[in-house]
Amino acid sequence: MSQTISRRGFLKSAAAGSAVMMVGLNAGGLLAVGSSDIVVNPFVSINQDGEVTVVIKHFEMGQGTTTGLTTLVAEELDADWQKMKIDFAPADGIRYKNLFFGAQLTGGSTAIANSYMQYREAGAMARDLLVRSASTAWGVSPNQIQIRNGVISAGNKTAHFGEFIKEAMALKLNDKPVTKTPDQFNLIGKLKLPRKDSQAKTTGQAMFAMDVKLPGMLYVAIHRSPKFGGKVSSFNLDDAKKIGGFVDAKVLANKAGVAVYAKNTWAAFKARDALKVSWDFSGAETRGTEEMRAEYKKLVDEPAMFNGLPTTKEAANTAMQDAEHLVEADFQFPFLSHAPMEPLNCVIEKTANGVRFHDGCQGPSLVQGVVAYVLGLEQSQVEVKTFYAGGSFGRRANVNSDYHVEAALAFQAYGGQTPVKLVWSREDDIRGGYYRPMSMHRAKIGLDANGQLLGWDHHVAAQPIMKGTPFEAMVVHNGIDHTSVEGLSDTLYQVPNMSMGVSDFKSVIPVLWWRSVGHSHTAFVMESLIDMAAAKAKRDPVELRLSLLDQADAKGQRMANTIKTARDMANWKEGDKRGFASHFSFNTYVAVVADVSVKAKQVHVDKLYIAVDCGVAINPDVIKAQMEGGAGFALGAIARNEVTLDKGEVIEANFPQYQPTRFGDMPEIEVEIVRSNEAPTGVGEPAVPPTGPAIANAIYAVTGVRITDLPMTKAGFTFS
Amino acid sequence: MLYKLKVNGKAQEVEAEPGTPLLWVIRDELDLTGTKFGCGVAACGACTVHFQGAPIRSCSFPIDAVGENEITTIEGLEDKTAKVVQAAWNEKDVVQCGYCQSGQIMSAVGLLKQNPSPSDAEIEAAMQGNVCRCATYVRIKDAIKTAAKNLEA
Repeated sequence: MSQTISRRGFLKSAAAGSAVMMVGLNAGGLLAVGSSDIVVNPFVSINQDGEVTVVIKHFEMGQGTTTGLTTLVAEELDADWQKMKIDFAPADGIRYKNLFFGAQLTGGSTAIANSYMQYREAGAMARDLLVRSASTAWGVSPNQIQIRNGVISAGNKTAHFGEFIKEAMALKLNDKPVTKTPDQFNLIGKLKLPRKDSQAKTTGQAMFAMDVKLPGMLYVAIHRSPKFGGKVSSFNLDDAKKIGGFVDAKVLANKAGVAVYAKNTWAAFKARDALKVSWDFSGAETRGTEEMRAEYKKLVDEPAMFNGLPTTKEAANTAMQDAEHLVEADFQFPFLSHAPMEPLNCVIEKTANGVRFHDGCQGPSLVQGVVAYVLGLEQSQVEVKTFYAGGSFGRRANVNSDYHVEAALAFQAYGGQTPVKLVWSREDDIRGGYYRPMSMHRAKIGLDANGQLLGWDHHVAAQPIMKGTPFEAMVVHNGIDHTSVEGLSDTLYQVPNMSMGVSDFKSVIPVLWWRSVGHSHTAFVMESLIDMAAAKAKRDPVELRLSLLDQADAKGQRMANTIKTARDMANWKEGDKRGFASHFSFNTYVAVVADVSVKAKQVHVDKLYIAVDCGVAINPDVIKAQMEGGAGFALGAIARNEVTLDKGEVIEANFPQYQPTRFGDMPEIEVEIVRSNEAPTGVGEPAVPPTGPAIANAIYAVTGVRITDLPMTKAGFTFS
Repeated sequence: MLYKLKVNGKAQEVEAEPGTPLLWVIRDELDLTGTKFGCGVAACGACTVHFQGAPIRSCSFPIDAVGENEITTIEGLEDKTAKVVQAAWNEKDVVQCGYCQSGQIMSAVGLLKQNPSPSDAEIEAAMQGNVCRCATYVRIKDAIKTAAKNLEA
């Protein structure tokens, strides 16, 4: 249980001032006894009508956290699902921190995993309070009180949750509540608990930051450097002034762009486009994609900068010198844009003692820290009001808090009084950097005559994501940024004599975690290589995978079990012309069987069978949705997405050049969740890594073409 | 310039620059924020509204071309087809981030009004222009088929 809650105890009366704001109640500051809500703890409050509000510390980008966290509270409370409400937490890195990160930040598929006991205990605490309140009110012993589906009862007496607020106020909170055992679960694991955000999102009522409008607010678009790292030298306003609705333009203090202020979004875009800006490109990226690819090749040709495994390159090669079969391949990966449906935006306004952001905020702690620094405030002076986020895939959180800083600088440049809404266009988004890094892998695997692995020599060149950031100490070891090699250096396969070299690519182009981070390329490489090794040694690729796992080890056993589940649900037979891949990421095990049809190099993915072990399945339908969505997200990316540059300028501009997965691309998807009583693990990202290689392996099985250079359109395939 | 519009059955007067896309008038001036901005080039469908009952991409439809024609946004959906479609969306829990879903629903309602029992190919043709980055397509298809069945009943 979080220390915060136990220390805080039962919040009531005036002491709950901040809590009142926190759950969005009357801002009067007082919770009058008997006439208002019980704020049980920072996560749960109950009102007079018996409605329960769960304060959601993670943002909702579609991954289902609002439903998931609410399920945890409702389970322990035995609440009526229909009477469960949600509210997003304010920025508060102590109360609402991600227990795995120590800061308020959503990422790494950890929202449920880190909150599992915290939110259950918060619910159990509320339940305990209700039981004792009812016991007092009815004059019966607590063990005669029952709670089922939102109804408190004892004998023939019944009440809803809001009827004993007066009694509850007089009690002391028990901060060591008893939580349920899994056999007592009524909601957790229930196949279909309606999503908490469905209704609002099907009627246009759900509020995104893009929908925020404050009185007197100006709309801002930013004219940024066409080359990454360029600085504003000067600008000319003449044409921008001709745009109706144009208000003003100011250079941002960091010279990264010119903010154009207007009376509406359209005028801001038009005036921004009409602005003429001269740039200083002395520190800018000026290379094109082909030059970068050549440099990547040079990096893997040369000795690695760092070595990440105990076996040296020489030792790995010595072990392979008598190999019967050798698999050698280079793999190349492009920059990828997250391209969430809601283009980046936020609103910033002045408060009595600082500023407030309205944002689909993925990392409130990052925003508070960075913006406080930029504006010369204390972190506590930076408030964040969180809205639904129209997708993210990682883009809405980064250590620079790039778009929040832009908004803050634009707000400051205009005098720091007028609220401003920063809006990015889709072109700004596709061309705005923070990409999944390009990378290149070179691998050599040796097998003996029986198809047993003898050695494996691997070299990764990638632009590191975390090096030089505050996360460096956590993620970079012996020079190796773990996000460049995760899923490879820690593979569950028992590979003898494996060496792994790593070389860093350097560029001022900002790179970022993109749904599944390093696994987005390492899994493609690993699972393609295993498939290639199986083909060379004439072994069934599923059987080869199982043989490489240590099934005496808990992780190896769970991976094997997940592989077998996918194999069996797809009725996989040796020699089938279909693709298989599996991968362990974010502590979750996923295996995928892909069926594709290919006619004259036109590919359609017909069906994906996905097996997943993510521990206790809290909302099976949300897990299923994340498997479907993760696979669909991966499909368009590996098939045809890449961000390319010419002389440092991004070529792709919008969806016509960066075609996302569309309706007609989508395969049929069958999902099976492996039953488990282990602690719950991530589901937002883990379907992404194995989907690409499963499809690539299927294309190989059907056509004999091995795809090693992404996107797949490079090999002449089209997708429909 | 002053434009007189009919939006969701209501007469509206708005001041806008000629050439302004209908999307921005709907969102920034009329405060009907259920209609979304996704790409600005009619390539994602997030901005889909109905023009005389048929889906159009409002991001690329100039205000000057609207005239007296009836515009319906997600907030103005109220006929039976729309209610059945929205109910199917809820039943199947289609949404993830939800940002594209107003547009998806406007396209689906437009399809089913014109063709109450579409084939798979007709569904694909009607929905191909609506992007969902969360890739909820499997459920979108399921919800459209469910709605078609329920409309028949």
